[in-house]
Amino acid sequence: MKSDQIDNLNAEYQQKYGFADPEDYVHKAPKGVNHEVVEMISRYKQEPDWMREFRHQAFDVFERKPMPRWGNNELLDSIDFDDIHYYIRPTDRQATDWEDVPDNIKQTFEKLGIPEAEQKFLAGVTAQYESEVVYHSIREDIEQLGVIFTDMDSGLREHPEIVRKYWGTVIPPDDNKFAALNSAVWSGGSFIYVPPHTKVEIPLQAYFRINAENMGQFERTLIICDEGSEVHYIEGCTAPVYSTNSLHSAVVELIALEGAHIRYTTIQNWSNNIFNLVTKRAHAHRDAVIEWVDGNIGSKLTMKYPAVYLLGERAHGEVLSIAYAGSGQHQDAGAKMIHAAPNTTSRIVSKSISKGEGRTSYRGLVKITKGSTGCKTNVECDALLIGSRSRSDTFPTMEIAEKDVRVEHEARVSKLADEQLFYLQSRGIDPDQARLMIVNGFIEPFVRELPMEYAVELNRLIELEMEGSVG
Amino acid sequence: MTDQRRPLFACRNLRVAIEDKQIVKGADLEIYAGQKHALMGPNGSGKSTLAAALMGHPAYQVEGEILLEGKPIQELPAHERARLGMFLGFQYPVAVPGVSVANFLRAAVSARRGEAVPIKEFRRELFAGFEALRIDRSFAGRYLNDGFSGGEKKRLEILQMLLLKPSFALLDETDSGLDIDALKVVSEGVNLAAGPHNATLLVTHYQRILDYVKPDVVHVFMDGRIVRSGGPELAVELEARGYDWLDEATAIEANETDTAAVAAADTAAKG
Repeated sequence: MKSDQIDNLNAEYQQKYGFADPEDYVHKAPKGVNHEVVEMISRYKQEPDWMREFRHQAFDVFERKPMPRWGNNELLDSIDFDDIHYYIRPTDRQATDWEDVPDNIKQTFEKLGIPEAEQKFLAGVTAQYESEVVYHSIREDIEQLGVIFTDMDSGLREHPEIVRKYWGTVIPPDDNKFAALNSAVWSGGSFIYVPPHTKVEIPLQAYFRINAENMGQFERTLIICDEGSEVHYIEGCTAPVYSTNSLHSAVVELIALEGAHIRYTTIQNWSNNIFNLVTKRAHAHRDAVIEWVDGNIGSKLTMKYPAVYLLGERAHGEVLSIAYAGSGQHQDAGAKMIHAAPNTTSRIVSKSISKGEGRTSYRGLVKITKGSTGCKTNVECDALLIGSRSRSDTFPTMEIAEKDVRVEHEARVSKLADEQLFYLQSRGIDPDQARLMIVNGFIEPFVRELPMEYAVELNRLIELEMEGSVG
Repeated sequence: MTDQRRPLFACRNLRVAIEDKQIVKGADLEIYAGQKHALMGPNGSGKSTLAAALMGHPAYQVEGEILLEGKPIQELPAHERARLGMFLGFQYPVAVPGVSVANFLRAAVSARRGEAVPIKEFRRELFAGFEALRIDRSFAGRYLNDGFSGGEKKRLEILQMLLLKPSFALLDETDSGLDIDALKVVSEGVNLAAGPHNATLLVTHYQRILDYVKPDVVHVFMDGRIVRSGGPELAVELEARGYDWLDEATAIEANETDTAAVAAADTAAKG
C-alpha cells in the first residue's frame, strides 16, 4: 500500500467513524482485520507515521502470503481470521467472566496454589495483577544503570530513535504470514535496551510488569544489548493462561552487539484452545552469545523455532527447549542456527514429551554459509513417548556449504521404558512416582537452567500433567 | 545358622512363561534366614527369567507360589514386594538420565521404610555405604547408571542393597563383567549385608564369586528346572567339569526350539 492510499484511507476513516472518538470504534470494533482496523490501532496509539506505514505495508504482505504448508495443515486451515478480535483496549479486556473459565483451568490454579487475584488475571478476568510494587523497585535499580525496560508501546513513544533503528531489522514483515500479521496489528510486548558494558545482574521478568497488553495476542518484543553487555529476560509463566481469543502470534527480535550476551527464557502454558504461532529470531554479532531457553507446555498448536543468526566471528548461539503435548495438542517446535561468519558455534538441545494422543515435532535448520570456516554445531533431539497413541516426528535440515566445519547431530526417540519402570519399582517406588521421576529426569537439563521459582513450579506442573497417566 | 521352622523365602512349583513360551518349568526353593544360596546354570537356562519373575516383572505369566516370610506374594506388584523386603540386583542395571543417585536412593529408602528419611540421616547412611564399597562421593550427584562403567553399576547395585536392607536379596549375575578388584569389593558388600535375619540368592554362571561369598547351598538350574542341589562342593565340581555331565546324568530333553525361546526370554529379562 502506497502512502497516498493510506492518506485516502485516513480520510475515509475520519468520515466514516468521526475521528473524535476512536475509542468508541474500538469498543464496537467487529471481528476481522483489514486496513481500517490497522489504521485504527495505529491512530489509537498515536504512533508516528513511519510505524503506521510499516503496519499497512505489513498488512499487504499478510494478505499476499500463503499459509505455511508444513507444521499442521489441518489445524492451520482451521484458523478463522475473520473470527478474531485484533485489538481490544486494555480497559475493555475484563470481558471474561470467572464463571466461564473452564473448570480444569481453575483446578490447575488451585493445585498450583496460585493466589486468587493472580488466578483472575491469568484467566483474563482482570486486566492488572498487583505486582507493581516489586516491579517498581527493580526498575529503579536498573534505571540507574541506564537500562531501559518498558512495554513496547511506551518504548516506541519514549525512545523512538532506538526503536526505529532496530525495528523489523531481524524479522521483516515478509518473513512469514504470521510475522506479517503481527507487524500489522502488534500491541504490547517488552522493549529492553542495555547500554554498553553493563551487566544486568537480576533477570528482567515480564511477569513483574504484565498487564493485559502484555498477555495480548500480538505482542512484539525488541531487546538490544549493546557492546559487552549482558541481560537475562524471562517471559511467560508456568501457570495456565486462559484466553477466549484463539490466536497468539508474537514476534521477538533480539540484537546482541559485539561481545554482548542475551539469554531469553520463555515458559508458555496457554490454555488448550490457543494457536501459538510465534517468530523469534536473534542477531549475534562478533563474540556475542544468544541463548534461547524455551518451554512449551500449553496451546492447541504451537509452531515456534527460535533462531540465531551468527553474523560475527566467534559468535555463539544456543537453543534449549522442551515441549510437552498431551491429548489434543501438537507442539511443532525446534530451532534454527545460521552460521554466517567463521568460527561461530551453536548448540541445540530439544526435548519433547508426548502423552496420551499428544503429538510433538522437532523441526530444525542448521545452515553454514560458504566462507564460514571453523564452525562447530551440535544438535541433540530427544523425544519421550508415553503410552501407545502418542506421536513424535523429527525433521532436521542441514545445509552445509563449507568443508572445514564440525557438525554433530543426534536424535533419539524413546518410550517411557517398561524396563526403567521395573527397575525403579523393584526398589519400592510405586509406578506413578516412578513415571514422574523418569519424566522429571528427562527434562532436568532444561529445568536446571531456570530460576529456582520457575523450576519448582514447572516440576509441580509436570506432576499434575502426569497424574493418573497410564504407561 | 539355619532356622528350620519356616523358610524366609520359598517358591513352590514355580512356572514362568512369556508369550506362551514356558521358560521356568517348575522350580522349588527353600531358603532360610542366615543362608546364602547360589543358583548356577549355563547361559540360556532361564536363570534371569526366574529372578525377574520372582521380583514381579509384569511381562511374565507366573504360576505357582512365592512366599516371603510365609506370606504369598505372587500376586503383588514389584514395588510392594520390594517394600516387604525383596531386592533384585540387576545383571544390567537400567539408566535413568536426569535422576541423581542421591534423589533416587532417598526415594527408594523412604519407600522401603514407609516414611520419608530425613536428609541428614540419609546422607550419613549414603556416605557410609560409599565408604564401604569404595565409591567416590561424587556418585551422589551423578545420574542413575547413566554413563556408568560395568563395575560402577554393579557397585551401585550392592550399595542399594546395603541401604535398603532387604530380608531377601536376589543377585542376578552380579559378578559378570567385573575385574578381580571390583569382584572383591562387591563380594565384601554381599558379605557385609548378609546376617542372621536375612538371606541371599546369588544367580551366577561362574564359580568365581563363590571363592569370596561362601554359599550354604548350591543349586544347578538347567532348562527351566533345578536339576541338582548340594553343598559348596557342587560349585567346585561344576567349575571342573562344566554342565554337560549333568545333562547326561539327568537326561534332560532339550530341543532346539525350547533353548531358543529360553535365550529370547532371558534377553527380554535383561532389557
